[in-house]
Amino acid sequence: MPTAEDFAAIWLTLKLATMVTALLLLLGTPIAWWLARTKSWLKGPVGAVVALPLVLPPTVIGFYMLLAMGPYGPLGKLTSLLGLQALPFTFQGIVIASVCYSMPFVVQPIQNAFEAIGERPLEAAATLRASPLDAFFTIALPLARPGFVTAAIIGFAHTIGEFGVVLMIGGNIPNKTRLVSVQIYDHVEAMDYTRAHWLAGGMLIFSFLVLLGLYTRRKEKGDV
Amino acid sequence: MFDASSSSAIRAQFRLNYPGFALDVDLDLPGRGVTALFGPSGSGKTTALRCVAGLVRAPSSRLIVGDEVWQDEATGVFLPTYRRPLGMVFQDASLFPHLTVHGNLNYGMKRAGVTPAEAGFDVILTLLGIDGLRCRMPGTLSGGERQRVAVARALLTRPRLLLMDEPLAALDLKRKLEILPYLERLRDELDIPILYVSHSPDEVARLADYLVLMENGRIAASGPLSETLARVDLPAAFADDAGVVLDVVVAVHEEDGLTRLNFGGGQILVSHRAENIGQKLRCRIHARDVSLAIDRHTDTSILNVFQAEVIAFAETDTPGHVLVRLNLHDGSALLARITERSRRQLGISSGSKIWAQVKAVALLGS
Repeated sequence: MPTAEDFAAIWLTLKLATMVTALLLLLGTPIAWWLARTKSWLKGPVGAVVALPLVLPPTVIGFYMLLAMGPYGPLGKLTSLLGLQALPFTFQGIVIASVCYSMPFVVQPIQNAFEAIGERPLEAAATLRASPLDAFFTIALPLARPGFVTAAIIGFAHTIGEFGVVLMIGGNIPNKTRLVSVQIYDHVEAMDYTRAHWLAGGMLIFSFLVLLGLYTRRKEKGDV
Repeated sequence: MFDASSSSAIRAQFRLNYPGFALDVDLDLPGRGVTALFGPSGSGKTTALRCVAGLVRAPSSRLIVGDEVWQDEATGVFLPTYRRPLGMVFQDASLFPHLTVHGNLNYGMKRAGVTPAEAGFDVILTLLGIDGLRCRMPGTLSGGERQRVAVARALLTRPRLLLMDEPLAALDLKRKLEILPYLERLRDELDIPILYVSHSPDEVARLADYLVLMENGRIAASGPLSETLARVDLPAAFADDAGVVLDVVVAVHEEDGLTRLNFGGGQILVSHRAENIGQKLRCRIHARDVSLAIDRHTDTSILNVFQAEVIAFAETDTPGHVLVRLNLHDGSALLARITERSRRQLGISSGSKIWAQVKAVALLGS
């Protein structure tokens, strides 16, 4: 049976994924909107930076994030300037790292949804006196809704499945940075396969159900 | 129902350079009625319309509607689209798929700050025959219904100017014929100018009062419809569809199943029409349906024969044929397409008095 420590890891993981998903939707939407509509030459470079976590090993991202958050990195200097706790090995630290790491999984479905809408509905809204901001909230957001649902589901699931970045930035501190994936690693290291099974099996079933829901939904709606 | 002060003119000047395409137009358009922007695809008519809407910003432009300056790049004035009191109907209707018909209709009306009573909500819905569709989702409407809802949605904002970008182009012939009478009613009942982009000679002949002929981003000709259609000096924009449009009035329903129509130049007999006496109609006479004779023939089956004076000739796309511009006694124009050989044999030249025999008359609805 899972122990209190396991449940703490599950709770921490869910808390992290929820916060990260919420932050990603807030930050990713304007980035996706910009990427979907800009004609600037910066579109390529920005799109590439956002997509980096898709190809880089988590250790590379974790390494550079650790440097950035360290006492000599830009984020580290900022936190000490503001009199805040240093980010490495804290919950806030793994939130920030996860936001960066899961960014493409959220930005890309939203960007695709915005691109699929095209110019025309927004032009029609403009001829009906809707300002660009008005048209964004009343036309673009509702029409891109399927993209947002996909983005939220994948962002959440991907954050739950994180391991490398979390280990690099957060270490393994109970109730602060010890997530399910890290806990499983510990159990396996300690040869405690029964407890590893409980968590690993749980993750397997959870991930399968999420993806099942996602793909069934896609098929029905025929969207991104 | 509509603001009377809107009947003032539109002056527009757009200069725009894209790679491979330049737009250079100067327009001075009447403040009411339908102005057709007509031309082949790629002639810049849609771009010109989008400039009027503010959806395209041409770097060197001026646009004055009535007494309001919407755009004057020389002084840095540019009203964005959502600040221009216009209505626009796109080729694909562009209804918002996540809103009901009612939601679509309300969208612009609410933002324009117009109450349903002020907008003439019930009148417009009845005029366009969409009263029964209010609760439907756009996805469940036919193409013709969608387009009528789009027209109503635009009109409910009480625009000073209505722009229509090939609103019938995406519809099949049956749907076109279904929606044309509604557009004719709009033309007759609205007090605002309508800019209508089209590449269909039929639509233009049927709906337009004023014609702007576009070619390669420039204006080849513009003027009142019947005058412009009767010009023979224009590039063969209408090609085989060359012909004139006459505004006629139903005069008499004759006993033998014919209806007599009156116009300035005389009378036209057509097969029986259901319209009441006094009803105004528009009819079209193709140049290919008019033949010429030196003497008045009484031994012919053709009923509609007019005495006319030859004004000018022009070449046509059809080898061996010429286009002849004729004036009737009141100055109204006819076009005839005859062979070059006939012209030689009959000895017709400018100023000749001849008889024009009209083989067919197409009535274009009310």
